[in-house]
Amino acid sequence: MKFITIDKKDWTQGIDKSRKTYQLFGPVTDENGCKIKELDADVAPDMDYHESVMSAKSVLFPQSETILTTSLNEAVDDHHIMKRAENTYTPRAILGIRPYDAKAILLVKLNFDTDDYRDPYWCDAYEATTLVGLGITKPGPFDFSTSVGCGPFCEEGLDILLADLDDHYLAKVLTPKGEAYAAACGFDAAADDKESQALFDILQLEAEKNITSRVETDKLKDKVLLDLHEAPFWDDIAFACINCGTCTYVCPTCWCFDIQDEVKQKQSSRFRNWDTCMSPLFTRHATGHNPRGAKVQRVRQRFMHKLKYFLDKYDQGIMCVGCGRCVKSCPVNIDIRQVAHTMNTFEKKD
Amino acid sequence: MENPYLPYPVRIDDIQIATEDKSLKTFKFVFLNEGDEEKFAYHAGQFAELSIPGVGEIPIGIASSPVEKGFVKFTVFRAGVVTSHLHNMKIGDIMGIRGPLGNWYPWDKLENKNVVIIGGGFAFTTLRSSIVYMLDPANRSKFKNIDVVYGARSPGMLLYREELFEWERRDDINMHITVDGTDDPDWKYHTGFVPQVVEQNAPKADEDTYAIICGPPIMIKFTQPSLTQLGYKPHQIIMSLENRMKCGIGMCGRCNIGKELVCKDGPVFTLDQINQTPKEY
Repeated sequence: MKFITIDKKDWTQGIDKSRKTYQLFGPVTDENGCKIKELDADVAPDMDYHESVMSAKSVLFPQSETILTTSLNEAVDDHHIMKRAENTYTPRAILGIRPYDAKAILLVKLNFDTDDYRDPYWCDAYEATTLVGLGITKPGPFDFSTSVGCGPFCEEGLDILLADLDDHYLAKVLTPKGEAYAAACGFDAAADDKESQALFDILQLEAEKNITSRVETDKLKDKVLLDLHEAPFWDDIAFACINCGTCTYVCPTCWCFDIQDEVKQKQSSRFRNWDTCMSPLFTRHATGHNPRGAKVQRVRQRFMHKLKYFLDKYDQGIMCVGCGRCVKSCPVNIDIRQVAHTMNTFEKKD
Repeated sequence: MENPYLPYPVRIDDIQIATEDKSLKTFKFVFLNEGDEEKFAYHAGQFAELSIPGVGEIPIGIASSPVEKGFVKFTVFRAGVVTSHLHNMKIGDIMGIRGPLGNWYPWDKLENKNVVIIGGGFAFTTLRSSIVYMLDPANRSKFKNIDVVYGARSPGMLLYREELFEWERRDDINMHITVDGTDDPDWKYHTGFVPQVVEQNAPKADEDTYAIICGPPIMIKFTQPSLTQLGYKPHQIIMSLENRMKCGIGMCGRCNIGKELVCKDGPVFTLDQINQTPKEY
């Protein structure tokens, strides 16, 4: 483990130097709020941001991504034979990613990188990406990350963790990928390991103290899946939902997608788009039959997936990192913390 | 590892109308690239994504049998965008097949067992694959009695009619073919719905008897009590499920019943397993 001090005066110059070999992504704030997106050559990441509206998942999992292409022109050799789209996977770095978004990437990895199949688009992007995290010193009111195995200075999934110390950053380099990125920036002012770690510990404690929102999920594992599924509370939870899908789009751990084909002048593309379990079309059969045709079934699916199915399937906690975006963005104030509490405390009546 | 989204290129080698109302056609495909057929090695009960560039993909059970070489066959009901397009394609057209996908009927477990196959309507494709597999001279001795109950609305709606009548004449398989109704005075087989034909003709269950059911939800629903009455326990009832799918490899997230994904953990489940999952299929 290695600590580096980065004077803020050198920060922009350093990351600009890394642009020779890295494509950079980071927080950019405009009139619509803050988003994690690609940084144009003259744009520096907004390292003073509090929360981004959308998570960093789109860097590895674009909202729309071409996966296969072919020509439908029968005069062309290999017409109708699909090939992998020519996406490039040059090294890239996400600067200022929040620890909960980095942890979310590890949870999403469980879906895209399995023993049976490897999703080459997500995995190639993942392997090309270095995650430079920024610890959260002032957690927002919706942050409940400490309740779900994450936290404002959680290192899981990160290659570097930065702490903002007014005039400089203290960087904790966590992986070889992180070392390579620091070297590409020319950041090499070593800091004392012991002192630096002590400082990180203090910052973490202070930040965690400011997280007042807590939720218990400890009993979910032992609940019977079908008991929760058939519990009487789902109608109440779903009552106000308008199935807008906002919760799924802002969620850093939601990975569901759709696959569609498109043809432009005999050039055919197959691409995948973010999808949402809130949409009736998500599960509707060609016959019209729909196993989750009612709103309450779809709302139940979302929470059961995050808080029970995922937990039972992988035994690596729930599929939530406590960023609070879905709580903040929901137009009808459905709150995953309340749902988790309801599920966690549910006792089946015989 | 290869790209699981990339289909093997295939050519349509033959198209047969499968039912009198022309709503089902059987497509025979040959692989364009040498070696792809070996890579596509499958078991009876698996499915594949039929992949039409510019149109889309559909998950369809494999109707040909692992013991049939040189081609793969799928019988497809015209229902949505992709299947309608496929029904209008011609012999010689190029498209793709992605798979094989999902699990299969538990052939290891079924060895030295009596097997009862129950099918209705269009859902006879992977059952056809299974019967051809079991009747293959290399395999027949692995199984004890084989009974088949298969029903359709009318004689002309039965799939694979010639094979059915050929199996009917054999003495190593007991066929119980039925139709809901017919005005054909020469109809030699059963008339009536599948559940009642099962109740009257299927063998009673002992420890060594397993039933495989594939059919429309209504048929499955009403056949279960018949099987229960004959003594079949939930672990002896094997079913193949369908759900809307896209990726077919357990990633896109829509086909789940609880924590199980029909595309990857299924499509074959025992009733025992299904009883422990939400009925979202």
